[in-house]
Amino acid sequence: MTDTLTSTVPVGAVHAPDVPLDWSESLVPGAVVRDDRVAPLAPWSAVVRAGEVLTIVDVGGNQSADCLVYDAHDPDERYSVPDTLAAQGNAYVRTGTVLMSNEGRPLMTVVANEIDRQDTIGGACSKESNTLRYGHHTQYQHGCRENFLAEAGRHGLGVRDIVSNLNWFMNVPVEADGALGIVDGMSAPGKRVAVRAERDVLVIVSNCPQMNNPCNDFSCTPLRMIVVQP
Amino acid sequence: MRDLHQTDSVTASRSDARAQGGATSDWMPYLPASSSPFAPEGVDPADLVWAETVAPGGYTHKVLSRGSRIRFDDPTGAACAHLLLFNAFEPWERLNVADTQKIPWQAYLGQGSPLLSGDGRALATVLEDTSRHHDAFCGTSTDAWNERKYGGSAPEGPTPSGRSLFAKAAAKHGLTKRDLPPSVSFFQGVRIDADGAMEFTGSAGPGRHVTLVAELPLLVLVANVAHPIDPRPEYAVGPLRVHAWRGAPTTADDDRFTASPEHTRAYLNSIDHAEARGC
Repeated sequence: MTDTLTSTVPVGAVHAPDVPLDWSESLVPGAVVRDDRVAPLAPWSAVVRAGEVLTIVDVGGNQSADCLVYDAHDPDERYSVPDTLAAQGNAYVRTGTVLMSNEGRPLMTVVANEIDRQDTIGGACSKESNTLRYGHHTQYQHGCRENFLAEAGRHGLGVRDIVSNLNWFMNVPVEADGALGIVDGMSAPGKRVAVRAERDVLVIVSNCPQMNNPCNDFSCTPLRMIVVQP
Repeated sequence: MRDLHQTDSVTASRSDARAQGGATSDWMPYLPASSSPFAPEGVDPADLVWAETVAPGGYTHKVLSRGSRIRFDDPTGAACAHLLLFNAFEPWERLNVADTQKIPWQAYLGQGSPLLSGDGRALATVLEDTSRHHDAFCGTSTDAWNERKYGGSAPEGPTPSGRSLFAKAAAKHGLTKRDLPPSVSFFQGVRIDADGAMEFTGSAGPGRHVTLVAELPLLVLVANVAHPIDPRPEYAVGPLRVHAWRGAPTTADDDRFTASPEHTRAYLNSIDHAEARGC
């Protein structure tokens, strides 16, 4: 895109030019297999081979990275929120959490994590759910479900394959009376999480474009995705 | 058993088979539904469209029209009704547990909870709930889980997994495992503490029920299996009764339509979809 292009399309709220960014580095040492920068609002995907470790860098701080994981060879087997939570008996994702599949088997393991807890309850935003959460005036806005569908389509997957997801760097507490919601994040520029593939997996990420709640701190920033072979 | 049947010719075998008609079991569908021996109080049996007792470890499924009431009864306090809902016409629209918890700002299901799809619509609403012991965190059991926990998971065996039963129910509607998202369950409770740890609170006791209203035409899949984090070593699940009857979906005239701004817009979206489609 050139600096001189003008457009009437109402795209999302990308961060201000003076926002501090920390691109950081892999959270675990190893030979770099790939190293991608994901623009604000955009999707990303890659196959991470068994034993490789994916570091996700929250470059601008409190930027939700919505994430789905599939067995790379049998995508009918995919990430499952309830299987992950039931297996560990806890509602939050932390170091040691095993990301379980819908068949109750390990897909990936969180091997390092620089924020108190990661979310997998809050699901993804979408044009459709935005109408419930904020009103029909937000339906035109971009959402993670759009990113998931677009990126899944590149791998032959479709709407039937989109399930509830992880939200790296998002904060969703469950209070004593069951009150639950997205609140201000606990992350900061350069904070990271690292997940090791327990088998060959396809990872799909939406760099969340939500503009109506604090999951991106109301400033959509980039992500860095680093895959290493330890 | 051999001595009870004379089946040495077609005529004898036919007579033997026909002599079995009219028998009953503890777990069976009741046809016509109006003949249910357990019709819910206050419901005209003539309005019933589904009446069934689901066996422990059993499953059931039904396509229901918009507005139908769906009542689950736990007569013994040991049922665990794992539930998946799909838009009957477009089954890729289906229960989305994350949205069901996030959008109403409430993790625990109860009276008034909308069961939301990932398409911004209410598939159903919890109209009545005398249990309040439910779960939207743990989903249902898998083969791998039950093999670790009980040493087996075969759907024809004593410790079937919920997922294997859902897969069979889904297959009978042309759906596959791709079509099985996380599910919710009724009658066995889970609570989350401040650190995120789960506590299994079990049953609220026998004789509890939950009633839903279908906000769209629904495909309903039900698996009655032990809750995944039930700490008991035995596979302990009781029978589940299911009844459905004709009714009307939520409209702006109902109090629940305005229970919250999120409820209102969910119902608006469901009504908008149903009216445009003519269903």
